[in-house]
Amino acid sequence: NMARDDDGDEDFVTFGTALEPLEDGRPLRKPIPLHEQTVKDEKGRYQRFHGAFTGGFSAGYFNTVGSKEGWTPSTFVSSRQQKADKHHARPEDFMDEEDFGEHGIAPRQITTSLEFSSSRRDEAAERAKAVGAQAALIPGDTLLEELISPAKSSIGVELLRRMGWREGQGVGPRVKRKPRRQQQAGGTKAYGCMLPPAGSEDSEDEYEEFAPDNVTFAPKDVTPVDFSPRLGVQGLGYRGLDPGLALLGRGADEHIDLFRPQSESRSRLFGDARSSVRRGGVAGQAFGVGALEDDDEDVYHRDSMSRYDTVLGGEEPGDGLFGWTAPQQYTKKKDKSKDASYLGKILEGFTLAQNPPEEKVIFPPPALPSNYRPVHRFRPQVDVSRLSGVSPALAQALKTSRGHMIKEDPQQEGRHQLDSGQRRTMLGEDALKGETHSSGFYAGSDVDICMDHHLFRCDLRPAENKSQVAKQDLLVGVAPPPSGLQQQQKVLAAWRGSNASTQTFKPFEKTPSKQARYDLYLDRLRQGDTDALEQSLDQTMTEWERSREREEFVRASVLYRPSSSSLSSRFTSAKHKEDEDSVEVNRDEEGDVDDKQNAVKMKMFGKLTRETFEWHPDKLLCKRFNVPDPHPGSGVVGLPKVKRDKFSVFNFLSVMESREMAGGSTQGVLVSEQSHGLDLQSSEKKTAGDEEEQQEEDEEQEEEESRPSMDLFKAIFASSSDEKSSSSSEESNDEEDRKDKEEGKTDLQPANLFTITTSSVTTSSVTTSSVTTSSVTTSSVTTSSVTASSVTTSSVTTSSVTTSSVTTSSAITSNSHTGAGCSAHPTACVRVRVCVCVCVCVCVCVCVVENLSSSLLFPGAASYQKSAQEELEFGPKLPPPSTPAGEHRPPPSSTIIANTSTARLLSR
Amino acid sequence: MAFPQPKPQAPQLPQHLLRTIDCQQGAVRAVRFNADGNYVLSCGSDKSLKLWSVSQGTFLKTYSGHGYEVLDADGSYDNSQICSCSSDKSVILWDVATGQVTRKLRGHAGKVNCVQFNEEATVILSGSIDGTVRCWDTRSRRFEPIQVLDEARDSISSLKVAQHELLTGSVDGRVRRYDLRMGQLHVDFVNSPITCVCFSQDGQCTLSSSLDSTVRLLDKSTGEMLGEFTGHKMKGYKLDCCLSSKDTHVLSCSEDGFVYCWDLVEVCSPLCFKVLNTRLINTFVMVSSRNEYASAGGRCRRLIFMFSLYEKLKE
Repeated sequence: NMARDDDGDEDFVTFGTALEPLEDGRPLRKPIPLHEQTVKDEKGRYQRFHGAFTGGFSAGYFNTVGSKEGWTPSTFVSSRQQKADKHHARPEDFMDEEDFGEHGIAPRQITTSLEFSSSRRDEAAERAKAVGAQAALIPGDTLLEELISPAKSSIGVELLRRMGWREGQGVGPRVKRKPRRQQQAGGTKAYGCMLPPAGSEDSEDEYEEFAPDNVTFAPKDVTPVDFSPRLGVQGLGYRGLDPGLALLGRGADEHIDLFRPQSESRSRLFGDARSSVRRGGVAGQAFGVGALEDDDEDVYHRDSMSRYDTVLGGEEPGDGLFGWTAPQQYTKKKDKSKDASYLGKILEGFTLAQNPPEEKVIFPPPALPSNYRPVHRFRPQVDVSRLSGVSPALAQALKTSRGHMIKEDPQQEGRHQLDSGQRRTMLGEDALKGETHSSGFYAGSDVDICMDHHLFRCDLRPAENKSQVAKQDLLVGVAPPPSGLQQQQKVLAAWRGSNASTQTFKPFEKTPSKQARYDLYLDRLRQGDTDALEQSLDQTMTEWERSREREEFVRASVLYRPSSSSLSSRFTSAKHKEDEDSVEVNRDEEGDVDDKQNAVKMKMFGKLTRETFEWHPDKLLCKRFNVPDPHPGSGVVGLPKVKRDKFSVFNFLSVMESREMAGGSTQGVLVSEQSHGLDLQSSEKKTAGDEEEQQEEDEEQEEEESRPSMDLFKAIFASSSDEKSSSSSEESNDEEDRKDKEEGKTDLQPANLFTITTSSVTTSSVTTSSVTTSSVTTSSVTTSSVTASSVTTSSVTTSSVTTSSVTTSSAITSNSHTGAGCSAHPTACVRVRVCVCVCVCVCVCVCVVENLSSSLLFPGAASYQKSAQEELEFGPKLPPPSTPAGEHRPPPSSTIIANTSTARLLSR
Repeated sequence: MAFPQPKPQAPQLPQHLLRTIDCQQGAVRAVRFNADGNYVLSCGSDKSLKLWSVSQGTFLKTYSGHGYEVLDADGSYDNSQICSCSSDKSVILWDVATGQVTRKLRGHAGKVNCVQFNEEATVILSGSIDGTVRCWDTRSRRFEPIQVLDEARDSISSLKVAQHELLTGSVDGRVRRYDLRMGQLHVDFVNSPITCVCFSQDGQCTLSSSLDSTVRLLDKSTGEMLGEFTGHKMKGYKLDCCLSSKDTHVLSCSEDGFVYCWDLVEVCSPLCFKVLNTRLINTFVMVSSRNEYASAGGRCRRLIFMFSLYEKLKE
């Protein structure tokens, strides 16, 4: 095999002729040179191309630009001997030979434009022609046209033939027998102009009952309408002498149908089966009375209006002219399927509606009462709050019953008294960036760089500031005024009182000392110092340098002054500022890596290793992938992010963790911010000594004094609302521990109390027990450990949750801190831990309070909480095959309690 | 009348060496079939990308324009375009017929490891060592990516697109699947740098090879492991793996120069076959329609080898 492959090229059979190998350079075919591209006429003469629009190949006279007379145009010469004959210019004088040829524009030979034959005649067309001829100037004048009939049929007829149409048939979908009969029946009823039924149709009628149901028939042919223009000078409704009248003995009708003038004459022509008896003779509007006429009633034709229609389209035309008006809408027939045959082909999958759509009943509007006035008057407002002697309940009732009767705001008089800001707040709109209502040009808080004043000037600045604008132009450096004093005044006015905290542009960033001087200058400007410039300059510099710097500073302060509010409202500030106090963090963060690593080690792929996030693809990406936008309307792209406080504790926690990890200390609280919350990873394993307790209590006092600011609490508690406590598994573990403690209270390990979770749990259990007044557990716990007693006392005595949690946590942190290996920033550590413990205590307290209510009743509930929580996290799970030792299987009601409490826990 | 399904064939190693092509472009970094398997693209370390005919084994065209070695390439469904990526941080869209650069897309901060068209070749997706996947629009004239997927924490090593799903393997040990239709991102943790990911042919599973010398077959919807294939050696090089056309076999390159082949269902000891004389096979691709394999040895040899799985059909 391998040997065969070496000469594998011989295995192939190649069919066809191979193309020539592509070689660069030489083109395949030489183009014909220009001098060989010649045109000759039929006599072999060369023809010159004069230009596409200037004669083509046949310009002028015999391929010249001249005429028969030569280059010069003919002049008029006439003498007495030789009179100049009048020369009439004809179009042919300006034509070439080719134009008179067979294909020219004015052929001299007589040619046929169509092929002719004497094939079978189209009867319908003939009929139509005959009908049309009745209205023609010379009645019955179709003979000449009938003499020669073209063999070539029109393209429409050709197309119809291809589609299966045959001559004599009508056009349209094939119909069943029944509607067609009705159509005929309707035709006879109508105004009397029916074609005589042909013999073949009669035979069909006879054998109707033998025709199977699935046989369809072509629709009846429709005689085309010949809209012939009225050529004569006679009036409307004029008819010439009717030869049919004389021959068939029928005269003109009394009724004249202006819209179908041919219908009568046609019916006359083809023999109408009407029973009207007329006398013979030629009738019509012609040239007087014939010699054979008896009376002369028609000589002076008197028209009467009764012979004309007064209503448009009142009758159904029964003559089969369904095509050219819309007769169906006037019909009152029950059978609507007939309509369908004229609607054309019904779309696939659709059927015609059996019932017509119900007509919308529009009820007339109710009649207005006679005393109605279209003006609404509000009842006078009652200021309940000012009414003395009204009970608060009544006031509340009044308030709710009247809606906004009470004036919340004294300024809020009515709709018209509101200003735009109030309306904005009522509508819930966002405030505009920049101050919109400030009229002064310099009154603005934002500091922006006015890059190009000339660009924005005209439309942005208020009209009253025109004079200032003009001055400003002078200032901004087109033509700086010679004296800097006025300029400095302007600058002072611009910078005075502006917010110092706003970020200013740093024009001299490259030289820090200069920038520092500039900043000093700006600060003084803001304070309104008049000689700010002189004070901020460095006195050690030379005079030349100082004057130069003075100029620069003034110019920079003008250029980068706080911009006008109208300007700043037009610009949006940068999306991402470096010094912003918040950072964007992914909303869904990845879970614990350690768990996953363990799962991978145990080869338990699936729920443990799988994480699913909400992800927003770009709109365009969805379009390119032919996929609908999964999150329509969301402006987010990528993973949804949330803003977190940049200096929030949670951001420090991970730093702390890494620091402590690097320090190798196992003590302390290792808190990592993972999956929305706090995660207690390991607990303190240190034993407690008496002296440390002393220290702890001392530090507790200190910590209470150095309580963190409220902002910190806000940051913690505000963000804890959407946090899912992933530490609940540990908590449940700890609960089991605690349960063990409660069951065997004597073998309580004091070491456990030093872990945060346990201590907080005990605290909470103490609070709950104090609430539930089961003093046995309280006493047992307090007696078990000294530290715990201090904790309990503090938590019991203090009423507010925050204070108690702070005290407990401070006790714990001080305890953990004294034995700490956290050497780098002890104070920072303490602060952070305080926050952590506050958070942990509050969270754990609340959830344990809930959990306790169930777990105290049912000892096995805690483990079930764990499983229930797992279920919530990882989806449904089969119940465990056997309960762990030492736990009873609880009644089902407890499971429900556990479930709900865990759900609440998770939602918190 | 329904005929019984034919019995699945016993595992057969590809024994019929179709062709050996000397690419003459240095080490071959990757070799890729086109959509129907008639052509082969070879990415060389000499900055060139070459197009070969499979049936004749002839050289067709060189696409040169990269500034450094070409790392990956992909052909569009209609064979009219090729995209390639390189160590020069750029992604290039080529016109196949003329060999001209249609578009040169810059934006990655590091070398671009993998590139792939979407199904209709309207988007180029490129994964880079900078940890981002960038989605480039081939329709518009925009030179910025439509979207940058920066969820990975380390280099993107492999990337596959199937219909509305994007599968990426990253050195941070995670296989990410972006579902555009559902708007979800599924992350599977593998705990070892991923070298190659691919979808199964039925689209229900993902195959990922990682540097712990393991190829794992994961269920796409749940992330559960359906199979684990070991025995080969994959410790430090970015080697490819793939599934056979009927999802019957799992194939992976190994650092000992063999290509390992496992039966998908009966995960027993692997069958392996050695590619001629090479010490390292770094690329191994499979064309699904015709059961033909191509493997390219990088580092030491400059050859593309092609195999046919069913030698009896060829005989």
